[in-house]
Amino acid sequence: MVEPRRKFKTERLFINMGPQHPSTHGVLRLGLSIEGERVVSVFPDVGFLHRGIEKLAEKRTYVQFIPLTDRLDYLAAMSNNLAFVLAVESLLEVEIPRRASYIRVIVAELSRLASHLVWLGSFANDLGASTPLLYCFREREDILDAFEILCGARMTFNYVRFGGVARDATPEFVEKCRKFLSTFDKRVDEYEQLLTNNVIFVNRTKNVGILSREDAISYAASGPMLRGSAIKWDLRKDAPYLVYPEMDFIIPTGTVGDVWDRYVVRIIEMRQAARILRQALDGLPEGDFKAKLPRVLKPAMGEAYSRVEAPKGELGFYVISDGTTNPYRVRIRAPSFINLAAISAMTEGALIADLVAILGSIDIVLGEVDR
Amino acid sequence: MEDSESGSSGQKGDPSKREVPTVQTSAVVDLLIKRFSDSVSVVEEKVNWPSVRVKLEALQNIATFLKQEPTLDFDYLTSISGVDYPERSPRFDLVYHFVSLKYKHVLAIKVGVGEKEVAPSLTPLWKSADWNEREIFDLLGIQFSGHPDLRRILLPDQWKGHPLRKDYVLAEEDKFPGD
Repeated sequence: MVEPRRKFKTERLFINMGPQHPSTHGVLRLGLSIEGERVVSVFPDVGFLHRGIEKLAEKRTYVQFIPLTDRLDYLAAMSNNLAFVLAVESLLEVEIPRRASYIRVIVAELSRLASHLVWLGSFANDLGASTPLLYCFREREDILDAFEILCGARMTFNYVRFGGVARDATPEFVEKCRKFLSTFDKRVDEYEQLLTNNVIFVNRTKNVGILSREDAISYAASGPMLRGSAIKWDLRKDAPYLVYPEMDFIIPTGTVGDVWDRYVVRIIEMRQAARILRQALDGLPEGDFKAKLPRVLKPAMGEAYSRVEAPKGELGFYVISDGTTNPYRVRIRAPSFINLAAISAMTEGALIADLVAILGSIDIVLGEVDR
Repeated sequence: MEDSESGSSGQKGDPSKREVPTVQTSAVVDLLIKRFSDSVSVVEEKVNWPSVRVKLEALQNIATFLKQEPTLDFDYLTSISGVDYPERSPRFDLVYHFVSLKYKHVLAIKVGVGEKEVAPSLTPLWKSADWNEREIFDLLGIQFSGHPDLRRILLPDQWKGHPLRKDYVLAEEDKFPGD
């Protein structure tokens, strides 16, 4: 006799998602404790890509460490360069030329676009919509081409330097950016056509993976994660650096903090980044692109914590100088690492299939999580 | 934020002692020093955030105060860093960077922790402390009491030693079989 259905018990199982799993976009292992299709708890296991970058910093000079920052969030390497350079400049107490400041804003916002485009394409792909991936990478290609004109590299730039930037922005580069921006807003409309009004996409993201306001703050989530949970906080406005106070842009926020909100926030952020870029290109002043600094850098003893609004959130560098050519200690506050910690709060009771959407919505880069 | 002369308090024999001490101070720093005069002191280092040095045994109390005092409202613990000063006693520094999303003010707290000492975990107050403390435990070997799940996070569980300590020997790692 078969027992009545309601008497079946579900056994709690432990399964591994990753370290080799297509939706983790790198080497991340999620240990899942599941009951049927529901997730009881998630144990993220990170560190597979740990290269000891903070230790390497102690063995190198300040200038030699900039290329290593490219390898943190390699999808937005300019932002990493910038965050480290700003921390050291705070120790050096150097004024940077206005033109350099503008160029830095331009490359930081281009980085934001490149990073959000990769996110959007791969996130949609994770949810089964493979078309946006191709479109997003097409636009990202233009940005990488612009970077190539600017500094010769496409992914790892080593471009933002102490006192300014490595090379001046040529008219060619400005032209390339303008050409890209002239069609970009229409492109975003295209993505939205494919996703925002797509009922499958909406059903898979709305009310999924909710991160409450309180949890977002307590976990120190940042970037689109924090703004998705209805907290208006953006370091470009709330702790301004470079020439951001002169730029006109808005900070988008979500309402409930679900995957959908994070998607909407990133879409609006792309439009706003394009807006900042236009203003920065229009206002780009003439002048030096680099301040004069001694060839051998020895920042005065002291320490500095500086943070920037990187595409993925607050990227902070805590640099301690002992007055020698090498930093005494460099600590990296990586947004992906801190944001990933909040995954357990978002996945309680979620479906396994939704886990892919939730993980994708955090937008992690393992180079930055594991450092 | 403004610069002012620093007091004479601080760690003795500190190799990070600065020759010309300048301290950035703020209303928050003044308030803390006034209220916890015996356990909070100004920092001697040149810093770019308002900072105070706190005694280890007072950390729990002061952290609770920072979070619960409505005029401060430090609801966002953005980062915890560990620093090794092998020639100093206490050997380690924990540096907590706090932000108030409401008032937009910031504060850094530095706490000296000896090799045999255990720091209180701030995870019950700020969940972001969880992974930060695990990372410090992993890379510097500082123990935290009251942490819900203190394991290595970046390195494998069977790893020996703590790489961010200044006396960690790297040479062994660089050798390949047959070298």
